[in-house]
Amino acid sequence: MTEWLEKHAPKMVLAPSFIAILVFVYGFIGWTAYVSFTRSKLLPKYDLKGTIQYERLADSPRFEVALTNLAIFGVLFILFATIIGLTLAILLDQKIRTEGPLRTIYLYPMALSFIVTGTAWKWILNPGLGIESVMHDLGWTDFAFNWLVDPNLAIYTVVIAGVWQSSGFVMALFLAGLRSVDNEVIRAAMVDGVSTPRIYMSIIIPSMAPIFLSAFIVLSHLAIKSFDLVIALTGGGPGYATDMPATFMYAMAFSRGDIGQAASSATVMMVIVTAIIVPYLYSELRPRHD
Amino acid sequence: MTDISVNSVSSEKNAARIRLAQRIALRFGLYAMLLVFALYYLMPLFVMLTTSLKSLDEIRTGSLLSLPRDIDFTSWATAWSGACTGIQCDGLQPFFWNSVLLSVPAVFLSTLLGAVNGYVLAQWRFKGSNILFALMLFGCFIPFQVVILPMAIVLGKLQLAGTIGGLVLVHVVYGIGFTTLFFRNFYVTVPQELVKAAKVDGAGFFRIFYSIFLPISPPIIVVTVIWQFTQIWNDFLFGVSFSQAGTQPITVALNNIVNSTTGVKEYNVDMAAAIIAALPTLIVYVVAGKYFIRGLTAGSVKG
Repeated sequence: MTEWLEKHAPKMVLAPSFIAILVFVYGFIGWTAYVSFTRSKLLPKYDLKGTIQYERLADSPRFEVALTNLAIFGVLFILFATIIGLTLAILLDQKIRTEGPLRTIYLYPMALSFIVTGTAWKWILNPGLGIESVMHDLGWTDFAFNWLVDPNLAIYTVVIAGVWQSSGFVMALFLAGLRSVDNEVIRAAMVDGVSTPRIYMSIIIPSMAPIFLSAFIVLSHLAIKSFDLVIALTGGGPGYATDMPATFMYAMAFSRGDIGQAASSATVMMVIVTAIIVPYLYSELRPRHD
Repeated sequence: MTDISVNSVSSEKNAARIRLAQRIALRFGLYAMLLVFALYYLMPLFVMLTTSLKSLDEIRTGSLLSLPRDIDFTSWATAWSGACTGIQCDGLQPFFWNSVLLSVPAVFLSTLLGAVNGYVLAQWRFKGSNILFALMLFGCFIPFQVVILPMAIVLGKLQLAGTIGGLVLVHVVYGIGFTTLFFRNFYVTVPQELVKAAKVDGAGFFRIFYSIFLPISPPIIVVTVIWQFTQIWNDFLFGVSFSQAGTQPITVALNNIVNSTTGVKEYNVDMAAAIIAALPTLIVYVVAGKYFIRGLTAGSVKG
């Protein structure tokens, strides 16, 4: 008996977690995907009715706004967070005496909840009492900054807050990457009289391709999942101008009572994430032959 | 970048002086830029703090960036025990304790499961164990919107809808992927010979975990606990989806305070509430930043 137990212990220890993942991750994904092909409204129904929900999504102006916002937010958020993160990492890599404290300052937003970040930026960007009044006090009295309530510009406030929160993290990734670049190559280039900017542009930055990939994966993943930040900063408004797929899904599920639309939009999100994550995980986990 | 001079052949004093001046200017510019960035990151914290200490009157007439004239902690007291989150006006206090009650067991259980799972996946591999690991890992990356609806139904069936216990279950299940990843990548660096030798000496699966792996684990336990605590404390989506009036976590309560439309908009109370909600994870970050960063990078790059 004890021998049997000993032999099967590893599998038995793993089993509860694995079964939980199987049910709560894969089973639930399957459920949501299945329900997205039904006519479920307030309650889930289980007879398949084809692609009606996806047709409704395609016709929904609100979902179109959500996808457009995801594209705008995703591109700008990834771009700016990467540029700022990389810049900070390079600046910090110049033997800065106060590197420790500076790093702590650049990275602390990552410890905050997106709800806190959203609350803070909502106040800072407040039309009237926020940045606008600071500019007026400085003598620039025509300065107007009402992006938060402008349906066409509100999505950019989400970018501002998102970049503030996440760029320090990208810096940490790149800094770790910079520290692992082969010093010999750099020294050789310096002896040959190559300028520092050239060394960065043509030796160091290209050698960090895997870090760019990691940063891209993390940031795109954050972008698709962004829900809290939108809720706290704009509440998806004005109207539904800053809706994203994540907030669209939530609204359909919990305030519109439209399970069909909720399930189909969640499935769309899942497909987008899978398209990004699966190739990445595959390349990370594949046994290396080198 | 100190040996740029290696290249210079001439030893003209003038050229050297210009180079020195250039280097000083460059250093100065560098520090100035780093300082500007530091101010950019600190500004929201500064604004939150100063706003929370001002009176509403001063907020309306003064500047966003000015220091408070008199330091006034009343909005902190209101945020803690009097602010309205909808119809209830007990401040953040009850929700703060909800978050504590929910994160302590959820962090403990998910860390424990991650440790034993990681131990198996790193040292007791069997046929198909790598596929199991990949399947568990993928669970970390799904958009949780895709599981919310069935989860709500299952929690209802289990009589856990709207309870703290239900939220603990949710956080444990969706935390296992990351905790397993952390421990697995940590234990994989332990040489397999060690386990083999222990087996020869007659130690079994649990004994080896207990007396070899657990004693070397404190660093990765700290990383995992910090990661899980930050994730769970800061969670909003699960909290808002699966809780009800009395069981909401602090992030949901904060959002309700800020967006409650009744009465005068009290920006100072909003900011005090935001700081209170952020304080636990901020303290953890300041005290154990090294481990926090290790968790962040381990979550994105293969160890």
